[in-house]
Amino acid sequence: MNDKRPVNLDIGTISLPITAYTSILHRVSGVVLFFATGILLWMLDASLASQESFDSLKAILTSPFAKLVLWGILAALVYHLIAGIRHLFMDFGIGETLEGGVLGARIVIGFAALSIIIVGAWIWL
Amino acid sequence: MAVGNVTSFGRNGLSDWLLQRVSAVVMTVYMVFVFGYLVCGGEVTYADWKALHGNFFVRLLSLFAVLSLAAHAWIGMWGVLTDYVTVRLLGPRATAIRIFLQLGMIAMTLTYVVWAIVILWGI
Repeated sequence: MNDKRPVNLDIGTISLPITAYTSILHRVSGVVLFFATGILLWMLDASLASQESFDSLKAILTSPFAKLVLWGILAALVYHLIAGIRHLFMDFGIGETLEGGVLGARIVIGFAALSIIIVGAWIWL
Repeated sequence: MAVGNVTSFGRNGLSDWLLQRVSAVVMTVYMVFVFGYLVCGGEVTYADWKALHGNFFVRLLSLFAVLSLAAHAWIGMWGVLTDYVTVRLLGPRATAIRIFLQLGMIAMTLTYVVWAIVILWGI
């Protein structure tokens, strides 16, 4: 391969389509979830270790900050899941055209926004 | 084999592609189960929660989920690191930085697996 080829992938100079944003968000949410797994495992540990740790975890989760962190993690999870389901559809050849890709990206953002609101309501109500 | 491949999960794009999908489906089944339980079960007591996780099949599903997470995270983080921590974007030291980050990512992934097994079998 010729390494002297001109490359223009300076993302700052390119006007990105909606499909690029859903793709980048899929990656960002994945990286967030990789680190959030530590928090989730800590919660699983606390919830199962003893009655006392279970109660203290429940108490911690009543604080607004903890609810915000949990909402953030679940928002990343829900987005990543919905964007991932779109990938499975595309693996079966659905929504692979330019128009289909844009429509799929819009559907992902719509479903994700709605789900994140529902998850927020579940956490706070 | 390209240098970039030696830290990938399956050492092969097609096997990584398939594993990424299979692991995603396994984790989705686990999530539907856990969130279904939490949403439909009402107020969960410690005794209920502990009994649930003491069940053989729940433990097996949890183990499959965490092993899937390890493969999925490894493949995904490898993709992100090999795309952005590159010589073209970060300069000549990028390869050393990327290998360091990849080894850190692998160590963290394996820690998650061991931790999850300790939690699940410590009940």
